Amino acid sequence: MKYVMFVVGDPDHTEEDAAAAPDLEEWFTSVRPTGKYLQGVRLQEVEDATTIRVRGGELLITDGPFTESKEWIAGFAILECADLDEAIEIAARNPMAYEGRLELRPIHSMGGPDD
Amino acid sequence: MITEAAAHAVSRTTRAERLRIVATLTRITGDWNLAEDCFQDATERALDRWSTDGIPDNPGAWLTTTARNRALDVLRRRQTEHDKLEKVHTLAELEHTPDNPDDTGDGNPDAETYGDDQLRLLFMCCHPALPLAGRVALTLKTVTGLSTREVARAFLVSEATMSQRLLRVRSKITNAGISFRSPPPHRVAERTAGVLSVVYLLFNEGYAATGGEPFRDELSLEAIRLADLLTRLLPLDDEVHSLRALLCFQNARRAARVDADGDLVTMEEQDRGLWDTEQIASGLDSLIIARSIRDTPGYYRLQAEIAALHSTAVDAASTDWVAIVARYDDLLELHPSPVIALNRAIALGFRDGPDDALVELTRLEATGDLDTYPLMAAVRADLLRRADRVDEAIVAYRLAVQSAGSDAERRLMQRRIEEISSR
Repeated sequence: MKYVMFVVGDPDHTEEDAAAAPDLEEWFTSVRPTGKYLQGVRLQEVEDATTIRVRGGELLITDGPFTESKEWIAGFAILECADLDEAIEIAARNPMAYEGRLELRPIHSMGGPDD
Repeated sequence: MITEAAAHAVSRTTRAERLRIVATLTRITGDWNLAEDCFQDATERALDRWSTDGIPDNPGAWLTTTARNRALDVLRRRQTEHDKLEKVHTLAELEHTPDNPDDTGDGNPDAETYGDDQLRLLFMCCHPALPLAGRVALTLKTVTGLSTREVARAFLVSEATMSQRLLRVRSKITNAGISFRSPPPHRVAERTAGVLSVVYLLFNEGYAATGGEPFRDELSLEAIRLADLLTRLLPLDDEVHSLRALLCFQNARRAARVDADGDLVTMEEQDRGLWDTEQIASGLDSLIIARSIRDTPGYYRLQAEIAALHSTAVDAASTDWVAIVARYDDLLELHPSPVIALNRAIALGFRDGPDDALVELTRLEATGDLDTYPLMAAVRADLLRRADRVDEAIVAYRLAVQSAGSDAERRLMQRRIEEISSR
């Protein structure tokens, strides 16, 4: 199964949580050889986002992300795992699980990066 | 014609064997839906066959064989239709599955494998990635084989709502890749706790019900059966035994909780002669086992210890409130929760008197954590009544009538108003 793991920044965590976060390089080192990490993308800051809509035939361009919230998408990775439990184990070791949150979304069978 | 004896035998066997048979077939075929369908099919055949030929000596083995043969038929048909080789291993394994779990010949899965299969199925139904209400409903349905309509009735929701709930949770299992397997070793304890919380919710769902709803009583009994099963599947987990003890103690009070008019009776006023002493003894047995497995008590142990102190007291006055408050202190340290803090305040009222408890209650109210808790007003009203602050108590009981969660609670609050007004 393929999952997109959204990496979300979330200020709702303590300093102890952040201090307990494992090293990102360690995460990569442990995940890469398993072949379960297919690719990943780190995004520029939310301030650089541009939102696009077409309404009533008119193009609307606005500054900023499409949701007003304290959380922001910082990046994502594509994982290929046997099942959800395997993906959970990988996500649970990512530092952003401590300093933010991770959302695991199964990729729809109709249309993935390699389908 | 379906005979009553056959119907009874099918329902009894289903209750005892369903989870085991469905779990084994799920492991072997890798297809939970297929396993469920084949079991359903086998029970329908059993109704017919047992009505005409009589009930077999080993009904569980009969159902296992019939469900397995059905799975073989379906897989063979699929195999000719689709892939040629993939299911060969499955077919071979199916053909060599013993009918009887005790029958462990060479190369056959032993009782432990059967237990593991059942656990895998329960871990799947109770996966923390699933919505909680869905976990509880799906677990009940999987263990009992009740129809969606019956499950809906048990949870007091419409059949459409329940059907939707079950559909959603099943499709998440498929779409999100929740698979039929045990959690990794370092997650077993927390995932087991997740299964236990589903069993406890199932019990409470039935226990919170008022009289005249035998269907809801069934829920609690089903939860106890499930706890029984878990003590056999996970005999070394002390919390499993503690949960079983807790459910026994609570269920033992069932007959005393409602009076002849269907009105709620508080524990203080219950006729303790109506408490089920056999069930209390059985709960104590489980509690003793739990204590022997691990010294440090967990979440369910502390609650079971509190329930045991109630269950073994002759009346409310002679209850060991000092020990109960101490267990609540431990529980709060382990698992801080406003509702546990409220229960501790109530116990404090019995240990130190209502005035001290009211001070504690005011402190809890100030935190705001209990603002939406429906029983808050009732607790305050009871303490005011005990403190002989009649006028304030009446005002509080009126508030409690408004926030009551059920008619039975409402009637209890109204009865209190009448009692203290006529003093």
